[in-house]
Amino acid sequence: MSSFSVGFRSVGSVQVLDLRGELDAHTAAELEAAIEKCQQDECVQILVNGANLMYISSAGLGVFMAHIEEIREKGGDIKIAALQPKVYNVFDLLGFPMLFDITESEDEAVTKFQSPAPSA
Amino acid sequence: MANRIHKLTIPSSTRYLEDVRQFVEIHAEKARLPEDSVQQLKMAVDEACANVIEHAYSGNTDQPIDIAVIVKPDRFTVRIRDEGVGFNPDAYQEPDLARIARSRRAGGLGVHIMHRLMDQVEYRQRGRTNECCLTKYRR
Repeated sequence: MSSFSVGFRSVGSVQVLDLRGELDAHTAAELEAAIEKCQQDECVQILVNGANLMYISSAGLGVFMAHIEEIREKGGDIKIAALQPKVYNVFDLLGFPMLFDITESEDEAVTKFQSPAPSA
Repeated sequence: MANRIHKLTIPSSTRYLEDVRQFVEIHAEKARLPEDSVQQLKMAVDEACANVIEHAYSGNTDQPIDIAVIVKPDRFTVRIRDEGVGFNPDAYQEPDLARIARSRRAGGLGVHIMHRLMDQVEYRQRGRTNECCLTKYRR
């Protein structure tokens, strides 16, 4: 069975989700539940730390796609940080950097939440 | 190098997708494919099997999915067979990410991933059996 878990941490007002293991069609429901919990807790600054994410399929990517617009409408964002190169390549292949804010480090993403760039 | 074939049958449940990825990885590494090709094959086969589970078998978890790895001197092919509802490849359109996000609907990316990652994606119907062949050529 696929091994996947989501850990919860807070950095100031930012909710950090630590993803670990392999995110596929079997385990995507866990990420879905984690993002829904953030929304129930009225947290719209969500930082996904992918340092320990070993694999992602379209089912996992689809969870981000399904929530990003609603969270942005509430003034928040889902930022994705610290992806391993082989996982980042999947995001890049599909053009996700155009749609999501993907940073090299968690610190960089936290800083962006704390001092967002002015909109054009 | 002689042609080689390796087979795996799984029930149509997502809990077996990790087994499928491991099966593909083992044989792709044995065939000495480059690391990036191994990763791409794992993902494309995962997407194909997930589509069979969700769409061909509509979530029924006890139907068979037959997977065969076919190693030839110039190529590595993974053949996925099912007996569910067939996929119409003519209906495939490259997805618009922004539109998917606006629709707030997860899904629609799997077939796109298969086409982006593989050198060749073929669909066939043989009687009641649907067949999808995913091929990477040796560079």
